[in-house]
Amino acid sequence: MHNLTIAELIRGLQSKEFSSVELTQHFLARIADLDPNYNAVITVTADQALKAAAAADQRLAAGNAPALCGVPILHKDIFCTNGVRTSCGSKMLDNFVPPYNATVVENFEQAGAVVLGKTNMDEFAMGSSNETSFYGPVKNPWATDCVPGGSSGGSAAAVAARLAPGATATDTGGSIRQPAALCGITGLKPTYGRVSRWGMIAFASSLDQGGPMARSAEDCAIMLNCMASFDDKDSTCLERDVPDYSATLGSSIKGLRIGVPGEYFSEGLNPGTEQAVRAALAELEAQGAELVDISLPNTGLSVPAYYVIAPAEASANLSRFDGVKYGYRCADPTDLQDLYTRTRAEGFGEEVQRRILIGTYCLSAGYYDAYYGKAQQVRQLIQQDFANAFEKVDVIMGPTCPSPAFKFGSKGDDPVAMYLEDIYTIATNLAGLPGMSLPCGMVDDKPVGLQIIGNYFDEARMLNVAHQYQQATDWHRAAPEGIA
Amino acid sequence: MIIERQEIEKLATLARIAIDDSTINEVTERLGSVLELVDQLQAADTSGVDPMSHPLQATQRLREDEVSELNQREALQTTAPDTEDGLFLVPKVIE
Amino acid sequence: MSDWDTVIGLEVHVQLATNTKIFSGASTAFGAEPNTQACAIDLAMPGTLPVLNKQAVHYAVMFGLAIDAEIGKESAFERKNYFYPDLPKGYQTTQLEKPIVGRGTVEIELADGSTKTVRIHHAHLEEDAGKSLHEGNFRHGVSGIDLNRAGTPLIEIVSEPDMTNAEEAVAFARKLHSIVTSIGICDGEMSQGSMRFDVNVSVKPRGSDTLGTRTETKNLNSFKFMEEAIAKEVERQIDLIEDGGTVIQETRLYNGDTKVARSMRSKEEANDYRYFPCPDLLPVIVSDETIEELRRNMPELPDARRARFVEQYSLSDYDAGVLSSDAAMAAYFETATGTSGNAKLAANWTMGELSARLNNEDLSIAKSPVSAEQLGGLITRIADNSISGKMAKEVFEGIWAGEGDADHIIEARGLTQVSDSGALEQLVVDVLAANQAMVEDYINTDEAKRKKKLGGFMGQIMKASKGQANPQQVNQILAQKLNELL
Repeated sequence: MHNLTIAELIRGLQSKEFSSVELTQHFLARIADLDPNYNAVITVTADQALKAAAAADQRLAAGNAPALCGVPILHKDIFCTNGVRTSCGSKMLDNFVPPYNATVVENFEQAGAVVLGKTNMDEFAMGSSNETSFYGPVKNPWATDCVPGGSSGGSAAAVAARLAPGATATDTGGSIRQPAALCGITGLKPTYGRVSRWGMIAFASSLDQGGPMARSAEDCAIMLNCMASFDDKDSTCLERDVPDYSATLGSSIKGLRIGVPGEYFSEGLNPGTEQAVRAALAELEAQGAELVDISLPNTGLSVPAYYVIAPAEASANLSRFDGVKYGYRCADPTDLQDLYTRTRAEGFGEEVQRRILIGTYCLSAGYYDAYYGKAQQVRQLIQQDFANAFEKVDVIMGPTCPSPAFKFGSKGDDPVAMYLEDIYTIATNLAGLPGMSLPCGMVDDKPVGLQIIGNYFDEARMLNVAHQYQQATDWHRAAPEGIA
Repeated sequence: MIIERQEIEKLATLARIAIDDSTINEVTERLGSVLELVDQLQAADTSGVDPMSHPLQATQRLREDEVSELNQREALQTTAPDTEDGLFLVPKVIE
Repeated sequence: MSDWDTVIGLEVHVQLATNTKIFSGASTAFGAEPNTQACAIDLAMPGTLPVLNKQAVHYAVMFGLAIDAEIGKESAFERKNYFYPDLPKGYQTTQLEKPIVGRGTVEIELADGSTKTVRIHHAHLEEDAGKSLHEGNFRHGVSGIDLNRAGTPLIEIVSEPDMTNAEEAVAFARKLHSIVTSIGICDGEMSQGSMRFDVNVSVKPRGSDTLGTRTETKNLNSFKFMEEAIAKEVERQIDLIEDGGTVIQETRLYNGDTKVARSMRSKEEANDYRYFPCPDLLPVIVSDETIEELRRNMPELPDARRARFVEQYSLSDYDAGVLSSDAAMAAYFETATGTSGNAKLAANWTMGELSARLNNEDLSIAKSPVSAEQLGGLITRIADNSISGKMAKEVFEGIWAGEGDADHIIEARGLTQVSDSGALEQLVVDVLAANQAMVEDYINTDEAKRKKKLGGFMGQIMKASKGQANPQQVNQILAQKLNELL
């Protein structure tokens, strides 16, 4: 059952091949058995899941079942779940139980999905390896001495290990696409403003976006249909019709113009990765697409710009964690300043503290223009690069990451080495464009991801291209050893 | 980029994060490395370029002035660190 | 002191009278139990986001229109970052670069009748913080935080440093109060913190072009305290400089109860607020149509109302000025006039007896135990001679004490003036008969000095009638009767 896709599970549930309770029990058992190897799940919500599954079975029997009725999923522990601990991978929120649902969670509840639990993640979504979580690192099911990527490492590993057919995740600088690539699954970051950020704990408000992770573009389309919605509680969420992303999966890609940025195939790209990606592009060419060389000249500025903007916004977003209203509080504070400084020093991990300090620096008096002001201008330049490219091409493709999954601790003491992991994904967030990753090969027995970047609100086309690729190849069907 | 320890201490105060004497040198060094990364921005030619705060060309929606949230004090204070009589308690605030 | 010029600028925080917070749908009603009007957004819970209150935007625009200001048709919000327990997000959402209201002007009138224009630099929207309670029903050594007020919409009105003394500053503050209450964007309840003033004060040698260092005294919530605080600060600065010292830029507090001013305790130097555009909010656009509609529906402004009072009620310019300056008082006066039909008496009583009593007990007119209708009822009875002026005061007291309306009290206490001429004539005759010596004395007094003696007879007559005789009529009858005896 765990090898079935979401699409197949929906069909199976509707034709009564199995019940939601059976499915749920199966996945809960898998989590209990296998997750100790990966540490992908922070909180398991077994009782609630079984209750929801039973209710789903009733609706399925009655014939009035909504789209995802009875399908088990996991939520990244960044989405607030009413009555269920939501930690954001941090000690700061280890005891935080929100009395409200994120809109994404609400949407899945309305659609009848069954929530198995909350997945592990880099603390406050800051990281590219899931090594910064308070709950310990997540291990890549393909190679357990390697990272799964981050910050949505838990969701990626869980899907790769078939602990759930799909999981929600978030992407601020690549946190859906990079772990999807390193874990050999399919993940999509929608256009900024497509998915509501209400109840999605904020890291960098102008960059964060929630999206699906699953084992195929078809499954991501089903999940995106559910996640995308207009929400008037999020001022940055756009009021715009949600197309049926599943409807156009099968369209022909003949004549599709695929832009291939020279800057994404520079030094630093693993040769094996490059080979796999070029092979994927050749496959699409064989299907009738046209490859067009393009340039995104300001790509080199994207990582520096991101590491000003994201920490700056985060430094303000994380000021609310002060030990006063909720969350962690240090023991026996001697005075107000002690309450603040010790709560935050003890509640936040090293990477989070570092980013808060960087953000504080970039916004401080005397530095604002040179850093924050400058970065916002560079952001405009990057957006312009993409706008220019999209006049000549329909989608942009290249590698998702410079290399496959790396070993734990191998990025060592230098934070910058880690930051450069996101070199191909970050610009997409800065421009607010949608991006996705799907598996396209293996290097050293570890998966390699192909990235697709689309124009604003063009997720349907991206999923279509990905689906057509997945019809002709089976990288997305591969499973880590011992998993299937 | 060399960043002075004094500067780090100032930032730590602004951000209300206590930094241990034993780790401050490491913090200073790593922060310096990140700042070296972001200093690459200075090479960019941004003359005449507008800053971009939002990727969207959208404008702010306005909400009707009707009460939609009623008293939820109990639910919202369930995980509060220290409350009494409905108030959040903190060490005495001196102005 | 005359060697010095004073330069004063004001920053005024006005709470907008919306039903809900600026960024959430929680109520802004005053006086609720702690944290019962603080929803997840107001508590800055993780994942919550702001959505802007339309009415707050409209009220801000209305203020701009009322002071002939430029309206910021595209404005934006910034985050002002600092840590304080009453600031749940650790930043305040405010406006810096592009405020919703630009340059405007406010006319003020001074005691000597002269007028002055005070320039407004701008007014911007922002959210209010919560409250810190240092004593309460909780253990010793802690402060209690109530976030009900957090998120209440404010406009911060920033003046140019155009004022040169406390009188001008107070006149300006009162005019602002009058404007915002008249157009209905603020309830003006100073005791509830609906309007708070920060005063920037500096001194310089008379005629000098160089401004001195200014200090800021924050959070004054009464005109009286503001006046006192300014006077004290000016004196302090002058004394300091004359003694060879220098004024340092600092934030100060003034305690109106203890009359003590002091520097605010702060550990570090000027706070670095690290303003940056708020990424959770998009640019705010106000259309020309909206502006025109708000302009069309603007309630009466204080200056227009003053002119109307002179014309409509034949009031003196002075009286019209006093009654129109406070929106609540103006409404009270008009209702009392409407009920009684007598504007002159309504004006006198509103400005006189009522105001004195309210001031004495530190009540705003909104909390007056005597309603405008009740005052109108009392005035009706004065005007139709049912009771004398002296009796009216007694009835007023009765209404104030909650005994009921004028008619009820007049009847209950039997205060109806006796105006029956037959009864009064008999009364006068009786009193004259009982006071032969007085009458003799009157007859024997020089004509020029007789008038003074009338008071004595009046006293006896009023006593005999238990104060209920109509004095004007008695006067007439007495004069007539005495004449007959001469």
